[in-house]
Amino acid sequence: MYSEKVMEHFKSPHNMGELKDANAVGEVGNAQCGDIMRMYLKIEDNVVKDAAFKTFGCCAAIASSSVATDMIKGKSVEEALNIKNSDVVEALDGLPPVKIHCSVLAEEAIHKAIENYKEGVK
Amino acid sequence: MEKRIYLDHAATTYVRKEVIGAMLPYMEEPYGNPSSLHSYGSAARKAIDSSRAKIAAILHALPEEIYFTSGGTESDNWALKGTAYMNKAKGKHIITSKIEHPAIMNSCKELEKDGFEVTYLDVDSEGVVDTEQLKKELREDTILVSVMTANNEIGTLQPINEIGKIVKSNSKAVFHTDAVQAAGAVGIALDDMPVDLMSLSAHKFYGPKGIGVLFIRKGTRIRPFHAGGEQERGKRAGTENTPGIVGMAEALELAALEMSNESVRQAALRDKLIKRVLGEIDYVRLNGPRENRLPNNANFSFDFIEGESLLMRLDAQGIAVSTGSACSSASLEASHVLLAIGLKAETAHGSCRITIGRGTTESDIDYTVGALKKSVGELREMSPLYDIKAAMGN
Repeated sequence: MYSEKVMEHFKSPHNMGELKDANAVGEVGNAQCGDIMRMYLKIEDNVVKDAAFKTFGCCAAIASSSVATDMIKGKSVEEALNIKNSDVVEALDGLPPVKIHCSVLAEEAIHKAIENYKEGVK
Repeated sequence: MEKRIYLDHAATTYVRKEVIGAMLPYMEEPYGNPSSLHSYGSAARKAIDSSRAKIAAILHALPEEIYFTSGGTESDNWALKGTAYMNKAKGKHIITSKIEHPAIMNSCKELEKDGFEVTYLDVDSEGVVDTEQLKKELREDTILVSVMTANNEIGTLQPINEIGKIVKSNSKAVFHTDAVQAAGAVGIALDDMPVDLMSLSAHKFYGPKGIGVLFIRKGTRIRPFHAGGEQERGKRAGTENTPGIVGMAEALELAALEMSNESVRQAALRDKLIKRVLGEIDYVRLNGPRENRLPNNANFSFDFIEGESLLMRLDAQGIAVSTGSACSSASLEASHVLLAIGLKAETAHGSCRITIGRGTTESDIDYTVGALKKSVGELREMSPLYDIKAAMGN
């Protein structure tokens, strides 16, 4: 069902855990649906210096959040906001149609975290 | 050497050697069409007749009450729709339970679209059907009641004899039971059960896939759906699957012979598994009854983690299980059985079903407990929910 890339990220997730000095935290999803992603970002000089995640969910959810943290590290806030779920799917070499919503959740988690950062900055 | 442990016997079983041995000749030698008049055909016919008699004897039924189908799903569909359409002049009310197999649930949904009224009985927190509610729901126009003998997800054994008596003394309804998970695991004696129809499936008791039985008690009228030749006394057309039938009879015979020993042995392994998991892992619950369950079935919900990811982590360690999580189903809905016994959706998502088999050993159980502890621990570390709990509780 899953690509090798998805299984890689699932078996050894990248950037799993909390960021102690995170200044941007966003959580999306709900336990009822069976998917919750929380993204921690450290943003300095408008660049995502570091990212980490915690996820409750299936292989696709874990892999999506893992690859998403890879994708936004080193990007500017604007570039991070431009990342679409289709980019996440591509980075994973594809997801089964029934799992596409996991990539959407990852995109939303990034947006929520950056929103949280912007509110903090105000 | 990588260890591989199969613990998903409720999903399917391997075909045992003796069964393969019994089937093979019928693919190469007496391979004739059983309806053919020549000797190739009559040899196959003979094998089918003796297999039918064998199965009937084991189940305490008559050979002419045993009908061969393509499996449990066909048997269930036939039982429900065949009874509904045969009796619709008498009434259009059907009663079943909230925890039946999808073959029953979806057959009922189809019948509802066609004007039948279906009542789905509640179950208690262990999955036992509400017999008081059954008594209240039975009506003049109830034509069919269908309740499974044993539940495939949480192993609950239903009080089939009590249910059958209630149906028979309060209505004229036909009583069907889906015994797909029960056959081969617990004793079935149809001469002592107030049951009119019963479904069985060979691939759950070490027989081949693609073959099953519908028991139709003498005198029970049912509409046939497989139109064609006159096979199965004109009730189910289609050239008979001789190797499958022979294999199924062999498998059921062996299961019946081994049942008293195997059920005790498997129950002991199941109990060890349950004791160790509940004792050594925290934030876990057992789904289904502690005592009144299939000897080989255990079903746990682990808080804060999700079932599919647990399943895949166990798979990476060589262990095969299944889950009732929404993420693992094509419909993205959590197990209707777990929701019916009152679990919250998130608890249903964290479920893991482990079903033991003939080949399961004690060391398999110990290895599995170790793997569960490891994987549950790793997934909890990754989970934002465990985080919150730790912050709150500690």
